[in-house]
Amino acid sequence: MSHPDVTTESKPVRLLLIAGAGLIMAGLLLLPLLAVFIEALRKGWEVFFVSLRDEAALSAVTLTLTAAAISVPLNTLFGVAAAWAVTKFRFKGRALLVSLIDLPFAVSPVIAGLVWVLMFGSHGWFGQWLLASDIKIIFALPGIIIATMFVTFPFVARELIPLMESQGSDQEEAAITLGAGGWQIFRRVTLPNIKWGLLYGVLLCNARAMGEFGAVSVVSGHIRGETNTLPLHVEVLYNEYQFSAAFACATLLALLALVTLGVKSAIEHFTDHSRSVL
Amino acid sequence: MSISIQSIHKTFGSYKALDDISLEVPNGSLTALLGPSGSGKTTLLRIVAGLEFADSGSGKILFHGENVVNVPAGKRQVGFVFQNYALFRHMTVAQNIAFGLTVLPRNLKPTAKAIRERVQELLHLVRLDGLDLRRPDELSGGQRQRVALARALAIRPKVLLLDEPFGALDAQVRKDLRRWLRVFHDEIGLTTLFVTHDQEEALELADQVVVMRNARIEQVGPPQQIYDKPRTPFVYEFLGNVNKLANPNGPAQYVRPHEIEVKFAAEFDPSLDRLAVVQHLFSAGPVAALSVRLDDGQFLEVEITRKQLDELALSEGDSVALGLPPTDRE
Repeated sequence: MSHPDVTTESKPVRLLLIAGAGLIMAGLLLLPLLAVFIEALRKGWEVFFVSLRDEAALSAVTLTLTAAAISVPLNTLFGVAAAWAVTKFRFKGRALLVSLIDLPFAVSPVIAGLVWVLMFGSHGWFGQWLLASDIKIIFALPGIIIATMFVTFPFVARELIPLMESQGSDQEEAAITLGAGGWQIFRRVTLPNIKWGLLYGVLLCNARAMGEFGAVSVVSGHIRGETNTLPLHVEVLYNEYQFSAAFACATLLALLALVTLGVKSAIEHFTDHSRSVL
Repeated sequence: MSISIQSIHKTFGSYKALDDISLEVPNGSLTALLGPSGSGKTTLLRIVAGLEFADSGSGKILFHGENVVNVPAGKRQVGFVFQNYALFRHMTVAQNIAFGLTVLPRNLKPTAKAIRERVQELLHLVRLDGLDLRRPDELSGGQRQRVALARALAIRPKVLLLDEPFGALDAQVRKDLRRWLRVFHDEIGLTTLFVTHDQEEALELADQVVVMRNARIEQVGPPQQIYDKPRTPFVYEFLGNVNKLANPNGPAQYVRPHEIEVKFAAEFDPSLDRLAVVQHLFSAGPVAALSVRLDDGQFLEVEITRKQLDELALSEGDSVALGLPPTDRE
């Protein structure tokens, strides 16, 4: 664009728009983040660290990490498999599968949790059988994992499908004619081509898995020190008027968000860079 | 190695892509599949490669007499060069070329040293010495194409298949590479089948041209024969540069612009010639092109040499007599 004047507004209008956007950014995004840290440290560093070292807090962190450590790798696996199936093959029901992948995005997290209670709760479809077999799903770790997996299922697949769609199957076909087998093709051709998109998807999936509240809240049962994940623990503390402790735990989630954002922009920077050489 | 295609059918849903195709590709030949888009030529190439399967129960594909219809693509030993080359973007040129050797099962895989030597040999063969460590996005279109060719040749294929090999290149590079590929083919003598929609390319490059249209083969023959003796109106028109003369008493006559003789109007012979008026004259280049209007109102394109043009001293608006070739030709 050699004549920027043509496409820009007059100076006052520009300043007004920029100021408006800046104000909204600061008010809606930065201020809450700042508030979390200020509130957490209101009673000093000592209270802050004590709240984090609290047994219930540590158990919540452990539970959150455990749930993410199980659900994120599994969803990565399923996401890659789904994206591979949907983009590299044409089959009956393909469109249905694509819509199904999006289902968790469309469903309210509360419903997503409730569904599992209806299935596996003591009055649910499989409730009696589970009780008889002494298997605990609802109000226990398996329920939390299932709910987390349901909610975070689309992230990896959603990230990969457009990417793999745009890359087509040419390189895979070339590898086939050169004699490569399925696993060799995936490892040496497909995976290197999607690695940044995959990492990006895993990152978002992880952020959501650790931060999920609604669905997990329904299936967890809020047993302090046992089935409370970090977001649930924050709520419990808040409801007990332990504001500083609640915000101290919230800083952990905020930090997770900041790290996610940092890595995400690093990935974006890197992929943009590699694309510009094209 | 010869390729023999015997009554191959292919349908996509209700769409017929190939309708009873039979074709012989002689050993060591360079054969062009020529046709407009949608004629089925690329589908045929992909079926030969094993990237697509013919309708079950239909026909055979023989490589040197051996039916390969049930042989998977990876085992057919076919060198396939894709229209957009499909180079592995994250690998260097050398890694791209070596790919087919590195995926071999352990007991057949050459040593690392042997692979390196083979890569150097191929780089030299396609005139890309010294570019081993480049990545595909650091190469020109013509270089990418030759990397794709070297990669396909690394597995010592029995046949070479090229899908629109020059489609993605600009005009000058395309001409150069076309000549180079012809010489290259004569050097390595590999049976080669390539797809193109460019009749000039097919005629200049191939030993045998296969003209396809609407899932069927219209005509097969050497370029000269295809050009001089087109069997159907479609082939006539598709090969381009042809005048179609409507004839009220019979089928239309096809005349190529250079087959028409231009004479002074005074030499008009009513039993053989037609009278015409020069409408436009294009004389930039070795050949002068005339656009003339016949006495019945039809327009014709005529080509004469610059020398003839000078002798006739024509200008727009002049009347001329045209000697048309006899109409009884096939």
